[in-house]
Amino acid sequence: MRAFQRLSGLIFLALLLSLSGCATTGVTTQAEIPARHSISEFNDQRFAEVSDPWEATNRSMYRFNFYFDKYLFLPVVGGYEYITPTFLQERISGFYSNLGELQNFSNSLFQLKGLEALSTLGRFVTNSTVGIGGLFDPATSFGLERRNQDFGKTLGYWGADSGPYLVLPVFGPSSMRDASGLVVDSAITYGVYSAIDPFGSSDYSFEIGAGITTLGFVDTRHHQSFRYFESGNPFEYYLVRFFYHEKREIESGKRSTKE
Amino acid sequence: MFYSRLFCIVCMLLLPIPVLALDDRYGYPIQGSHEASIIGTPAELMPELPARVPTRQLVLDLFPDRKKPPIFFYDEGLRCTFAYQDKKAPLVFIVGGAGAGDRTDKLIVMTKALYQAGFHVITLPSPSSANFIVSASRSSVPGDLTEDAADLYRAMDAAWKQVQGDIEVSSFHLCGYSLGASEVAFVAKLDEERKLFNFGKVLMINPPVSVYNSATRIEELMKQIPGGAKKQGFFVNRMLSKFSQFYRYGNFVTINEDFLYAIYTEKLFTHEETAGLIGITYRIGMAGMLFTSDVMTNSGYVVPKNRVLRPTDSLYEYFMVSTHLSFFDYFNEQFYPHFQKQRPGLTKQQLIDAQSLKSIEGYLKSSAKFGLITNENDFILTRAELDYLRQLFGKRAKIYPRGGHLGNIEYKDNLAYMIAFLQDKETLQ
Repeated sequence: MRAFQRLSGLIFLALLLSLSGCATTGVTTQAEIPARHSISEFNDQRFAEVSDPWEATNRSMYRFNFYFDKYLFLPVVGGYEYITPTFLQERISGFYSNLGELQNFSNSLFQLKGLEALSTLGRFVTNSTVGIGGLFDPATSFGLERRNQDFGKTLGYWGADSGPYLVLPVFGPSSMRDASGLVVDSAITYGVYSAIDPFGSSDYSFEIGAGITTLGFVDTRHHQSFRYFESGNPFEYYLVRFFYHEKREIESGKRSTKE
Repeated sequence: MFYSRLFCIVCMLLLPIPVLALDDRYGYPIQGSHEASIIGTPAELMPELPARVPTRQLVLDLFPDRKKPPIFFYDEGLRCTFAYQDKKAPLVFIVGGAGAGDRTDKLIVMTKALYQAGFHVITLPSPSSANFIVSASRSSVPGDLTEDAADLYRAMDAAWKQVQGDIEVSSFHLCGYSLGASEVAFVAKLDEERKLFNFGKVLMINPPVSVYNSATRIEELMKQIPGGAKKQGFFVNRMLSKFSQFYRYGNFVTINEDFLYAIYTEKLFTHEETAGLIGITYRIGMAGMLFTSDVMTNSGYVVPKNRVLRPTDSLYEYFMVSTHLSFFDYFNEQFYPHFQKQRPGLTKQQLIDAQSLKSIEGYLKSSAKFGLITNENDFILTRAELDYLRQLFGKRAKIYPRGGHLGNIEYKDNLAYMIAFLQDKETLQ
C-alpha cells in the first residue's frame, strides 16, 4: 500500500519539477544600499548548515507543499477528522502502522540487526493476530517496542552520506539518500503487495488499492501537526532543514557534526 | 492608600508560610530553572485533554491596502485559532510569548484545557512574530507595549467580528504568557477606555516586570557560552555533537521524550550549557523578528535597502547575521531611533521605562480583574522584581516554587489554577 503512496509521490515529483523553476520576480526600482550589518563582521562557525545546492528548487517545492496542503490535503484531512469517530481513526492508524512493520523488518535485516528484526517480526505477528490485523497494538504492552526503519537509514547505517537536502512534493523534507531509500522501500512493498495480491479476485482491485493508498496518505498527514510557514519565524526553512537533517543523521547511527 | 500598604505588608509577612507548605505538595518535578524551561512538562503530568476540539483558523485581513513583500507571499493575514462551544460560554483571548504563532504547543494545550472547562478560545500570534509584524502591526516595529497592545486590540476586535454571528458569548477574558502577559495587561488598560469587551478576568503567566531587564537577563545567558554570544556557531555545533554521541552510546530507539528526559537525568549538558541553549533559542526567535521588521520597513538593517527578496532567494546569510545581533543592538540601532524620530526629546530611559509593568502599576494594583502566575525560579526576573510582583498583586499572585520560565505552564495543577481563576472560582488560594 505504501508503494502506491510512494509511487504516486514520485509521479508528483516528475510533474512538479517542471513547475519548480517558476518564481515570482520582483522588480527593483531603486538602487540598493548596503545593509548596516553583514556576515563579514562575524568571525564564527556557521550553524544549522546543511548541504543544499538546489535551495531555490527546494524552496519552490516547499512553497508547492504549502499550496498543496492548503487547497487539497488539509481540507481532505479535516473532512476525514470531522466524519470519522476518534476510535475508528485510531484503528485505521493501527492498520497502516502494522503494514509499515514490513519495511521496519526488511531494513533491520539489511542492517543485520537480528534481535531487532525478531522483535519487529514478533510485533507484526502479534498485532496481525491478537491485534486483529493491526487494529490494536497489544505488542507494545507485551514490551515489544516499535523500531522505525527505512532504507534511507539502512544506507546511512552502512556509511552512505545523506547527500544534498531535498524537499519532495507532498512528502516534504528529505535528502538524496533518503529519497533513494524511499524508492527502494516502495519497490519492496510493491513487490510484496503484487505477490500476495489481496484483492486479485475482485473486479475493482485497482480502485481498492487506490482507496487504501489515499487513506494511508490522509492517515499520515492526520498525525502531523506541522504546517508550512506557520512557525512565526521567517527562517523556518532552515530550522526545518536543520532538524530533519540532524534527526536523520543521529537516528541512522551516523554522526555528521563538525568539531 | 494606607490600607493597600498595610495589605502589602501583611501579605509579605504571610507569604513565606503558604509557599513553604506548597513546596511539599507541588508535584512539578524539575528543580533547575533552565532545565525546566527547556524540558517543560512531561506528558504524563499534563491533565487528560480532549482528543478533538472544534476549531477553525481565522485569517484576518487588517490592512487590505498593504502591499506585502514577495518574500512573505504565504502571509495572507493574521492567523488566529478559534475553538468554540455550541452553547453560550465565556470567551478567552490568549497571547503567547515572544515569537509565538497562534498554534504554538503551549497555546494548543491551554486551548484544549480551556475548551474542556467550557470556554470559547481565540489564540493570537505574538506581536513579535513574523505573521503579526507583516499583517497586524501598524508600524511593523515590534516591542513597544502600548503600540503592540493597540494592534492586538484591533486584531481581537476583528477576530470577534468574524465569529460573533456563530457563537454566543457570556463574558470576555484575557490570558497571556511571558511577553504576551505584559501585552495583555496593556490591552486590558486600553479596553478600560474603549470598552469593546469589558474584560472580566486578566491572567498574566510568567510576565517580565520590565521587558528591557528581562531581555538583559536572557542576553546574560549567552555570556555563559565560551567566547560569548559571537561564538554561538562553535557552541551550537559542539552541543550537537555531544547530543548525537549521547544518542549513539545510549541505545535509544528514537529521538523522543524519553531520550530528551534522559538528557536531563544524566546531566548531559551543564547548567551553563543549558543557559547557552536557551539563549540561542531566544536569539533565533529574535532574529526572525528583526529580519521581518527590517524587510517590512525597508530600513537596510540586515537586508540591503531597496532589495526585493523573491520567494526562492536564500536567506541563510541574513539568518546568520540576525542571530549574531543582540537585543541591545536592535534596541539601540533600530527600536530607539524609530521612536526618537516620532517623539523628539524621548530619552532611552523613558523608552525603557515605558516597557514595564511599573508604568501602569496604579491600574494593575487597583483592578481586581488581574491575576498572576509565576515561579520562584523564573530566570527572567530578579529577586527584587519577584518581590515587586508579590507586592503588586498580593493574594492575586500565585507563585510556584519551581518551573523556571514557563516550564510548568502545562502542568496539571497550573492549568487547573488557570481555569479556576478565569472561572472566578472562590476556592482559589
